[in-house]
Amino acid sequence: MSEVLEAGSPPALTPPPEEVKRELLAGYPTKVARKRAHHIVVNAVDPEGTVPEIAANVRTIPGIITQRGCTYAGCKGVVLGPTRDIVHLTHGPIGCGFYSWLTRRNQTRPKGPEDLNFLTYCFSTDMQEEQIIFGGEKKLRQAIQEAYELFQPRAITIFATCPVGLIGDDIHAVAREMKEKLGINVIAFSCEGYKGVSQSAGHHIANNGLFMHVVGLDDSTEAGKFRVNLLGEYNIGGDAFEIERLFEECGLTLVATFSGNSTYEQFARAHTADLNLVMCHRSINYMADMMEARFGIPWLKVNFLGAEATAKSLRKIAAYFEDPELAARVEEVIVREMPAVAALLEEVRGRLAGKKAMLFVGGSRAHHYQELFREIGMETIAAGYEFAHRDDYEGRRVLPRIKVDADSRNIEELQVEPDPRRYSPRITPEDQARLAMAGLVLQDYEGMMPTMACGTLVVDDISHYETEKLIELYRPDIICAGIKEKYVIQKSGVPMKQLHNYDYSGPYAGFQGAINFYREIDRMVNSKVWRYLKAPWQEHPELTATYVWE
Amino acid sequence: MLLRHTTAEVRERTALTINPAKTCQPIGAMYAALGIHRCLPHSHGSQGCCAYHRSALSRHYREPVMAGTSSFTEGASVFGGQANLIQAIHHLFAIYDPEVIAIHTTCLSETIGDDIPQIIAKARDEGKVPPGRYVIHANTPSYVGSHVTGFANMVKAMVEYFATAEGPREKQINLIPGYVEPADMEEISRMVEELGIRAILFPDTSKVLNTPQTGRYTMYPPGGVRVADLKRLGHSLGTVALGPLASGPAARTLDTRCKVPCEILDLPLGLAATDRFIDTLRQIAGVAVPDSLTWERGRLLDVITDMHQYFFGRKVALAGDPDQLIPLTEFLVDIDMWPIHMVTGTPGKKFESRIRALTREVPHPVNVQAGGDLFLLHQWIKQEPVDLLIGNTYLKYIARDEDIPLVRFGFPILDRIGHIHFPTVGYRGGVRLLERILDALLDRQDRDAPEERFELVM
Repeated sequence: MSEVLEAGSPPALTPPPEEVKRELLAGYPTKVARKRAHHIVVNAVDPEGTVPEIAANVRTIPGIITQRGCTYAGCKGVVLGPTRDIVHLTHGPIGCGFYSWLTRRNQTRPKGPEDLNFLTYCFSTDMQEEQIIFGGEKKLRQAIQEAYELFQPRAITIFATCPVGLIGDDIHAVAREMKEKLGINVIAFSCEGYKGVSQSAGHHIANNGLFMHVVGLDDSTEAGKFRVNLLGEYNIGGDAFEIERLFEECGLTLVATFSGNSTYEQFARAHTADLNLVMCHRSINYMADMMEARFGIPWLKVNFLGAEATAKSLRKIAAYFEDPELAARVEEVIVREMPAVAALLEEVRGRLAGKKAMLFVGGSRAHHYQELFREIGMETIAAGYEFAHRDDYEGRRVLPRIKVDADSRNIEELQVEPDPRRYSPRITPEDQARLAMAGLVLQDYEGMMPTMACGTLVVDDISHYETEKLIELYRPDIICAGIKEKYVIQKSGVPMKQLHNYDYSGPYAGFQGAINFYREIDRMVNSKVWRYLKAPWQEHPELTATYVWE
Repeated sequence: MLLRHTTAEVRERTALTINPAKTCQPIGAMYAALGIHRCLPHSHGSQGCCAYHRSALSRHYREPVMAGTSSFTEGASVFGGQANLIQAIHHLFAIYDPEVIAIHTTCLSETIGDDIPQIIAKARDEGKVPPGRYVIHANTPSYVGSHVTGFANMVKAMVEYFATAEGPREKQINLIPGYVEPADMEEISRMVEELGIRAILFPDTSKVLNTPQTGRYTMYPPGGVRVADLKRLGHSLGTVALGPLASGPAARTLDTRCKVPCEILDLPLGLAATDRFIDTLRQIAGVAVPDSLTWERGRLLDVITDMHQYFFGRKVALAGDPDQLIPLTEFLVDIDMWPIHMVTGTPGKKFESRIRALTREVPHPVNVQAGGDLFLLHQWIKQEPVDLLIGNTYLKYIARDEDIPLVRFGFPILDRIGHIHFPTVGYRGGVRLLERILDALLDRQDRDAPEERFELVM
């Protein structure tokens, strides 16, 4: 809970956030305003860290112009897409496979030239009218056969697009049949775009499928004293590479990453790790909880965005293992990495301190990146997620109070029992309680709002209209969002940083990543471009004479 | 290697598409709709479609791309999307005040079978369409054709919704520019103006998807064809449609509905196709071609003369859309290059027969495939290497693995900036295309030349 204390004093926004909220809602038809009112909250944090309730993970109002995407994007695009040795086969018309082809910037590093890597490929059944009318199972079966013969992948995954569910293709039956026939794992995901209310449903479906069909298939282990999984890190712009480097230097053994720079085998062995580290809580907490329930592996929320946050996360890991040697190595790494960070901070803070940022993106980044802005002295005056749930805003303490609506009920909640043979709690309840007393709370995420200053604005599933209005009312110094928002914001004369794909730069994780990010924000906020928005004759339109030299 | 699993041996595939050379209908419809002034495209389907199309267009143009979505949920998929679409129409007008909402369907709403005209009528009956505002639609099932088909369908919808036969004939022509870039549309307009011909260009994405940085965002930039002009399409003397696939259906619909005769031409890419374009306009409108255009033509020809030695006999592989690839292949043949591998993802056998006819004199076996993919193209290249690749950004993976220079052309270009400002159509566009081709070839020659044969003057 230490972040609560670090949250600092209210930034005293002008205009006041309550007034801004009123103004945002005033532009809407009554019913829309009523709904959106629950998604726009002026933050307040009481001494217990309790924050106001915010509406999240509910349907987007049609026609509002949302940032959100679909279930397929969350399942294929986000969670499974980054795994390199699986043939990811999109079952549907060509578009979905095409748009999710290499566009998320998940980097991967095959071990050698012979290693399997299909990330550069797009595989689709390219469904035609004939399949829509007569069914697509036959074509799917044939496509799997062809993919197998051409590529011999470690596994094949099938992703359903919208029409698949409607025409009733039984992709799970096809998967079972082809698995039997080919002798490799074939896993189907019913991630039709219309399921759920955003990408989030797709994350859940991906977690379920991976957990049911892959995790725990291979009991062999590699040596290593401190064996961890990294969950919810997708290696955008090489973030996972940077974290992998730090882990190695600290002496941590990374068993599996879900799913940046990952392989099928890593997932199969993930249950042999002793601790799950959760980066993006939103997309992967299901996996963490299920692995805890079945195998007894506890999980710990970490954040490697921000140098301080990285140091803190590494220390938390060391504290969990309670090993003085590990703790010493972690300190060594921090001491080695920090001077470069501090030197750059010294340089850029003068140019950035007091500037204002807004972040409307994703399901964890809008929170994590506030750390980096805080380090360079910038204030986050408004933030919100695109597809997160209430627990990502308010903390997991609200989980029992979250109403399960029809849209959430559509996504299967697996009932996970302890594995009779392999369940082995890595930590006793007593030790867990002792660690908690010392400040290390497992299986917990405090959420974004308790870490934000009072009087800041929190906006869930922000619309285009609200984005435009907030720019007009607050003129922030930078806004972080995604590609669809990028040019709206930039054309408004405000620097814009994409936090889905990092504007083709990065990494931003770890110490080196923090350095990259400080430099990047300094470059953007202080770019000379913004000085030239007006031509001289627009600045001074008055005319003094004609042909003044006459 | 980036595409390490691609082998030279081509095995027959009947079900698996690998590395597509097309995408789906709705994105073409969204792009076309942006070519109407104050139009907000609307995607009737799941949120992901709209998000993907907006993202893809934003990455290519590096411009805001606005569109609404019906945000289908499971319920809407079972019970139909009517409630969602009526709400969306209401909200888009109330919050964003467009003059036109252009709805396109998706594979989802098509599979359900939503009756869009009926839903629009209901929205109108319920007072959700303000006076003087329009809602149009195109059916764009993603499982038929390609993005080109979607573009064609939305352009046809503009005719169906706005053009009327009533009213006086006006001394003007309709000009459908095809599925080309904003800068191309601008260049086509300029050439027509040079000829002194009055034309309604539709759609027109110039000044919509190539706007200046002013520090002030405007949701509806100044460009786009006006509704008032779309209503006059039926009064024109004739229609010139560029690109049979993208523009043909709209032109033929105008002919059937309003008796406006049409000429369907290739896109004016390269010398011969631009010649046909200018000459057709001249004859239709009965105007003399001004010296300025003849001068431009001469410059292109001059450049070809100067560059010819470097083009002669060089082998090229191309991927893209049929309307582009056909005149481009013709252009390459005209400058004595050898286009030998041509792939489009868009289905249609006409593509293959036209390419075959155009490459008849190429002294080399030619591979051509409609409904093909980039995996096949890569396999052909492995069997018979080429000196140059022309196509979208996805070709860079082949270019790097095979160490072949790439000229980026088509959609999408995701890794270079600035291309949207330079046309490739017309004589001027031809000069630019050739300059880029030659740069690519000579940069390679400079890179590979042994020191003793490294040339100052080339």
